[in-house]
Amino acid sequence: MDLIADHISHRFGALEVLDRVSFTVGSGEVVAIVGPSGCGKSTLLSILGGLLQPSAGAAELRGAPPPGSLNPLTFVFQDFALLPWCTVAENVEFPLLHTCLSVGERRAAVDDALRRTSLADFRGTYPKQLSGGMRQRVGIARALAVRPAILLMDEPLSALDSQTRELLMEDFIRLLADGTLGAVYVTHNLEEAVRLADRIVVLSRRPGRVREVVAIPLTRTERGDIHAREKLLALQSELWSLIREEAVEAEREVQHA
Amino acid sequence: MLDRAEIPDASPQADLETAPRPVSFRGGGFTPRAGRYSGWIALALVIGLWQLAGSAGWVNPLFLPAPSAIAVAIYKLAVSGALWHHLSVSIMRIGTGWILGTVAGVIVGFSIGLSSLARGVGITFISALFPIPKIALLPLLILWLGIGEEPKIATIALGVFFSTAISVYSGVDNVPRNLIRMAQSFNVPFHSIVRRVIWPGALPSILAGFRITASVALLLVVSAEMIGAEYGIGAFVLQAGNLMQTDQLLAGVVILSLFGLAVGRLINLLETRLLHWR
Repeated sequence: MDLIADHISHRFGALEVLDRVSFTVGSGEVVAIVGPSGCGKSTLLSILGGLLQPSAGAAELRGAPPPGSLNPLTFVFQDFALLPWCTVAENVEFPLLHTCLSVGERRAAVDDALRRTSLADFRGTYPKQLSGGMRQRVGIARALAVRPAILLMDEPLSALDSQTRELLMEDFIRLLADGTLGAVYVTHNLEEAVRLADRIVVLSRRPGRVREVVAIPLTRTERGDIHAREKLLALQSELWSLIREEAVEAEREVQHA
Repeated sequence: MLDRAEIPDASPQADLETAPRPVSFRGGGFTPRAGRYSGWIALALVIGLWQLAGSAGWVNPLFLPAPSAIAVAIYKLAVSGALWHHLSVSIMRIGTGWILGTVAGVIVGFSIGLSSLARGVGITFISALFPIPKIALLPLLILWLGIGEEPKIATIALGVFFSTAISVYSGVDNVPRNLIRMAQSFNVPFHSIVRRVIWPGALPSILAGFRITASVALLLVVSAEMIGAEYGIGAFVLQAGNLMQTDQLLAGVVILSLFGLAVGRLINLLETRLLHWR
């Protein structure tokens, strides 16, 4: 199943945020969206996931979702968005409650998602008792439980410390390794983008336009190799040179606002 | 006295250059904690002093009867059955008025929290009517509903309704939007979002509202009973005052205080049970 951004423009009142953004996320492909602060990355993701109606253009799906998918486009949120009154297992089960699954099937789906995210021992724990990294794992388990086709990840690691971020990054790489699950990964962290994505959409400063689409010339397996570090760093630096000037401008704009 | 950090005296000037000295602790204070027994001890002391003043004849028992006299009055009221008679009438009025006001308040509060139309209309009405002291409406309610139980119950219900509606829609407004968006992103239906996200998210505010409305109901029942009732704790207190039976009057006040404490304890239990996740 492909996800298509078709000339998406958006404005909040007089503020133009996105301007005719177009690109396609192919089946099983991981696309990162980067750009200066305030360029509309998260707005674009909300539009792609159907949480916000664009002022012009459209988000479209092409092809059938994988069999058994309960929610083809599934978000992983920056702030985890866990229900504090529910345990880990209840949070993971939450999106399944209104589906056609039987109690037994729901339980199996929850168990599987918890096992895949190493949370099986924490099923009765409440979010407040968990660290930030563990909370995001619950968010990922909840997303996996509905068997998505494409994960929409809105800076999923930005609220975490660097060590936890690295550990979760490794989890993401493992999760996306077999190419069955696609993702749109919004981030301001270029290292995350080059390590995880197959293609990187670089947005200009507000109003966000597609400035460039950079393909990563390494397979997912190659990217995990220690020798690929240099190439990835070179890519990262290339991306930074694309963004730097506009990031400085955007920063100035924020200060003057 | 304020609980604040103590600032130590300055160190002697002579050793400043050479001798190592500990960094002075500046992080104390601003974390007041109630001692487990201090409140009870203070209460016992005040009652003891009060009793002493009564027994020693320092105060006229007509104006301030001793605690022992109040206890005897309560005992006599309990034995005669008058206590239960007055209390049961008041509880019936409070209970009925509170339930009616709460049900209406929760419905209206949720409507305001969830519907633009209800918000536009509801907030204007609530803002205009909330500041009116509800007891001032009792004479009008008597005209409308007669002199029976209805106007008293309606006064309590009105008082409870506005506070409940406000706490409910504030609670709904304060449910983190990211949780609602999360539920929407999983295609969770509207009724399920209300039941599983908005209701539990608004519950802390709703229960805080219950605490306020319980006090409002108690205040209004006493006021309403003082204006037009033969039975009830408010009527009993008023009659005792008119007859200069201050021990009886204070017995009524103590019973009201105990009733308020019991309701507060009940709400604490509800909070512990329903908000254990906090």
